[in-house]
Amino acid sequence: MPRLIVNGKSHDLDIEPDMPLLWAIRNEIGLTGTKYGCGIAQCGACTVLIDGKPVRSCMMGSGAAEGKQITTIEALEKDGTLSKVQAAWVAEDVPQCGYCQSGQIMSATALLNHTPNPDDSDIDAAMAGNICRCGTYVRIRRAIKRAAASPLGKDKV
Amino acid sequence: MNKPFDHSRRQILVAGATLSGGMALGLFMPGNAKAAVPALELGGETQDAAALNEVNAWIVIEPDDTITLRCPMAEMGQGTASGIPMLLAEELECRWDNIKVEFASVNRNIREKTLYGDMVAAGSRGIRTTWPYVQQAGASARARLVAAAAAKWSVPASQCEARESKVFHKASGRVLRYGELAKAAAKVKLAAEPGIKPPEAFKLVGTRQPRLDSKIKSTGKAQYGIDVRQEGQLYASIISSPVFGGKLVSVDDSAIQGARGISHVVKLDDAVAVVADNYWRANQALKKLKIKWDGGADAKTDSAQFAREYREALDGPMVTAKEDGDAKTAIAKTKHVIEAVYETPLLAHATMEPCNATIHLQKDRLDVWMGSQSPLANAKMGAEETGLKPEQVHFHQLYLGGGFGRRTFGDEMRQAIRIAKAANITVPLQLLWSREQDMRADRYRPQSAIRFKGALTADGKLEALFIQSVCGSIQRSTGNPVATGLDPTSLEGIAQSVPYNLVPNWYTGQMLKNTHVPVGYWRSVGGSQNSFYLESFIDELAHAAGKDPLEFRRSLTDRVDSLAVLKKLEEMSDWHKPLPAGRGRGISLVENHAAVGGQIAEVTVKATGEVHVDRVFAATDAYHVVNPNLVDAQIEGGVVFGLSAMMYGEINIKNGAAAQGNFNDYRVARINDAPEMVCALALTGGVDEKGKPKWGGVGECSTAPIAAAIANAIFAATGQRIRSLPLKNLKLTGPTQQARL
Repeated sequence: MPRLIVNGKSHDLDIEPDMPLLWAIRNEIGLTGTKYGCGIAQCGACTVLIDGKPVRSCMMGSGAAEGKQITTIEALEKDGTLSKVQAAWVAEDVPQCGYCQSGQIMSATALLNHTPNPDDSDIDAAMAGNICRCGTYVRIRRAIKRAAASPLGKDKV
Repeated sequence: MNKPFDHSRRQILVAGATLSGGMALGLFMPGNAKAAVPALELGGETQDAAALNEVNAWIVIEPDDTITLRCPMAEMGQGTASGIPMLLAEELECRWDNIKVEFASVNRNIREKTLYGDMVAAGSRGIRTTWPYVQQAGASARARLVAAAAAKWSVPASQCEARESKVFHKASGRVLRYGELAKAAAKVKLAAEPGIKPPEAFKLVGTRQPRLDSKIKSTGKAQYGIDVRQEGQLYASIISSPVFGGKLVSVDDSAIQGARGISHVVKLDDAVAVVADNYWRANQALKKLKIKWDGGADAKTDSAQFAREYREALDGPMVTAKEDGDAKTAIAKTKHVIEAVYETPLLAHATMEPCNATIHLQKDRLDVWMGSQSPLANAKMGAEETGLKPEQVHFHQLYLGGGFGRRTFGDEMRQAIRIAKAANITVPLQLLWSREQDMRADRYRPQSAIRFKGALTADGKLEALFIQSVCGSIQRSTGNPVATGLDPTSLEGIAQSVPYNLVPNWYTGQMLKNTHVPVGYWRSVGGSQNSFYLESFIDELAHAAGKDPLEFRRSLTDRVDSLAVLKKLEEMSDWHKPLPAGRGRGISLVENHAAVGGQIAEVTVKATGEVHVDRVFAATDAYHVVNPNLVDAQIEGGVVFGLSAMMYGEINIKNGAAAQGNFNDYRVARINDAPEMVCALALTGGVDEKGKPKWGGVGECSTAPIAAAIANAIFAATGQRIRSLPLKNLKLTGPTQQARL
């Protein structure tokens, strides 16, 4: 009976501990911003932050996430204000179909948390786990650099 | 405690259908001109038409001047749900900072004589086929608003002017807001509908504008088919016969007896599904079933055999698809003849959102929630599957997590209906394909092989092209027998949609050859393989002729569009400036879905033979475009999509089934593969043979050229010619001294 702390809120769930966090979040807690793409941690669509680090929620059992701080895309916008990564995403018009972008933004947020001024190779290394079939990679790179330069300052998650 | 979903929240997440059956998308721009970036708000239910302050079926104007524009096309990333509203707003003369957008109702389209058109978002036709009636809808609404104001003021309409969501009477200085006029405008009868603007008169259209859905797609709020949550909804996971066309023999479900949450194990003719209260439980149980299939004779086939058969068929009888001059005789008479055979594999679409459909089948009504490139046809298919009347089908369009041609067919919806029927499920049911099911039950880009012969004159001019193509037919695969033996989609890029018109002798023959593997539309369709073939072979000819590949192409055409694109490419790149050793530059020019696209790729080939695409210059002539920002996005994305296939893409058939099942074995381009990109428009405008403005498609014309541009760059760097794909299967060596431009 895992207790999951998602976006600061505690959820007591009557689910199997091996139910991947992704399905606990999407089906049991009802936050659908985190997406299913592959189920084997290859595409990054399901990326969430656990204690600030990017994790593929499709491969992590809910039991293993117990007690940890889980952050999903829904928590980045605070009181109607976009996070600097989200704001950069909008400014660069990154999304096309948009399906992978929750995962992309979570990975980018984690990157900027520990590498505030990433160069291209930092970006490639941090973002290579997130597939975008629409091919928005050029704009993702631009948006990460824009967010890094953002005067909003650090908004660590 | 199993805490079920908060149902009140579900109702907010997914709007239901009502009288007009619309599905609100709710693209929304705040009424603040400074907030140039629109936010997107989830819409509520679409109400009865009159209550909604409709001026016509496309436009709703509320008393506070908020304007809702309806988009008949799917939004799968291509940006049409931002582009069509711009066309409507252009004619409506409304403010662009106070609009909402919603998907047009499919059900209403069925009930009201397809007033929203065919709703097919495929073939890069979102703008190029809709502009006449979309512009007309905007212009007709504007004329009625003007007429309503004129009537109120008792002045001639010709003295009134509409702009910025207001009607002005200049002589008296009077002004009325659209919100004050909408109700009266809806009742106005005009003697004749107004004309629409020629492109020269556009003010909004043609300008760079943000897309309307960036915010909702950056906050996790955009609703895709997979996100649908209806009261009491069940979830299904399915596996289709691994051998395409195979049949289910038996299912042993003893391993899942008593498994939590499982409500049904459903046997279909060619598939097995498990239904549960949670998708993961359904999928886990499905994996534990012991299933026997009968794949028949097809279970003995494999890719190597197919590749051999396609190559051998190049010697077989062809149907003539294009015949200019007499290529055969010209080749026989010419000394300098180049010959080459090329081939490419099956490709999966691998949209990020796996196929899914949520249905609710009731006695007198079918509701479908999904993202579809062809919702009208899908809704009609739903009627056929259920025996209901088309007007009893309520199709709720949602965002698509990618389409690329996959989501035109409605396979996932049909399966969901069949599950519900077979198991008598009367609650909402969401069928979600696992990634493996999505990849192994795809309709793939057809396999093909091609042989070229090209004859060069003594001074290096292309005298004749002789092309023999063997290709899977999409038409045939989808049930059309193709009596002529020619499938237009298989000919794109080699017989039709070719950017060259000055090759004096040109023959293209084709043999359609299908296997049991289903094939379908894959972004850029025939051009995806044929433009790789032709543009690589043109490069072979240019080198054989000792000509600059760009100049050689220029000698093959006097078309305004092709020349404009070549000129733009030459200007924007450093084409004539040599690259250092180990690097190469390649060019490619295509016509695809009514636009001309040209690209120059710059690659680095390491000593190990590893290739990296460093930079791509892309020039596009789509004649007229709505929003260059969105066009750029399409060009950038199309390049990556084509690059991914060129470098890594292949579906292999093993024992009659697709061998690849997920992103670990079906490799796709990642951010480290993505080149720097420079995009430019080379718009030549103009009118067609009927005198109507020319509009091109921009969704696919950048996917078709990239493979050849890269391959030609590799040749320039290393002297190695790429004649089969994907690149990952080839053993390239590093650059040599012979490398040249």
